[in-house]
Amino acid sequence: MEDTNIYEYTLMLADSSLIMGQRLSEWTGHGPILEFDIAITNIALDEIGQARLLYQFAAELKNKQEPGSKATEDTIAFLRDAWDFKNLQISELPNGDWGQSVLKIFFLAHWQRQMYGKLIYSPIKNLSDVAEKALKEVTYHVRWSSDWVRRLGDGTEESRGRMQKALEYLWPYTQEFFEPEGYEWDGIFENAGEDFFENMKIEWNKEVSLVLTEASLTLPESHTYMRKGGKKGLHTEHLGHLLAEMQFLQRAYPGCEW
Amino acid sequence: MNEQPLWEVFIRNKQGLDHKHVGSLHAADARTALESARDVYTRRMEGISIWVVESRYIHASSPEDSGSFFDPANDKVYRHPTFYKLPDEVQYM
Repeated sequence: MEDTNIYEYTLMLADSSLIMGQRLSEWTGHGPILEFDIAITNIALDEIGQARLLYQFAAELKNKQEPGSKATEDTIAFLRDAWDFKNLQISELPNGDWGQSVLKIFFLAHWQRQMYGKLIYSPIKNLSDVAEKALKEVTYHVRWSSDWVRRLGDGTEESRGRMQKALEYLWPYTQEFFEPEGYEWDGIFENAGEDFFENMKIEWNKEVSLVLTEASLTLPESHTYMRKGGKKGLHTEHLGHLLAEMQFLQRAYPGCEW
Repeated sequence: MNEQPLWEVFIRNKQGLDHKHVGSLHAADARTALESARDVYTRRMEGISIWVVESRYIHASSPEDSGSFFDPANDKVYRHPTFYKLPDEVQYM
């Protein structure tokens, strides 16, 4: 039971990183200028790197639980269907314009910083090791994306309008960040009290709101309909298309290497 | 975005004592220039410190002047310490 929780939690983190990385990599070669093209591609690669380490741990758990299952990071990433993916829905959403993409990074990176910030104290060593490495990466993503949110939000009328639109589009997907699923179990964290997730949410809200205010953007009304379900395999229409492209090669030519 | 100023990037690696010129990039301000320098020029552990300088603040000697600037140094061997013979008594020079 405990191992199942750890396995599913690890997949939730890994899937969120992988899908984010895959989606952001669509920018490669299309960034507004060379410098930002490389910057966003670096972020995509950081995400995929985090996903790999987490999938390797997940495969270990799986093989221990079901000897003979021969799971690897690749089978987990490429041979599961959309309903098996536990990524936060925000990571699968389309990139949209540059503003929408940086705002996506902004929300997710702030979530990851909260999560990895707690995970470095996890009694589960594989998770705390990944968290230690990933925390440094997402700290930079937070800085980079916050700069962009300020720059565009507090920019021209055009850029502010686009950022506000992106904010209204993405905000409803942030609700599920800190609503724990059953597998987000106390034993994964060190000293997770009753208010563990609630406190992370308050912290996240504080950090995010500060930047959004500096960017002169307005948070959507609190009665906005909030979406959730990604963590248990409910997804938007966008995930299937993304997986179809990402998994094509392994599905069409199983075991193919190059 | 072409109107953004050009910046020169200098990076010091782990062992290095000085920052070395590695290239240039376009950025609207110093903070962005530093971030882009980090993203473009330190992806393979090239450095632990970055300087960026707006290119317009660098004043360069011109090639036409190179004759009068640099050739006169060619025959001034006495400007090299090796030109001088040291008495044996002097140690640790």
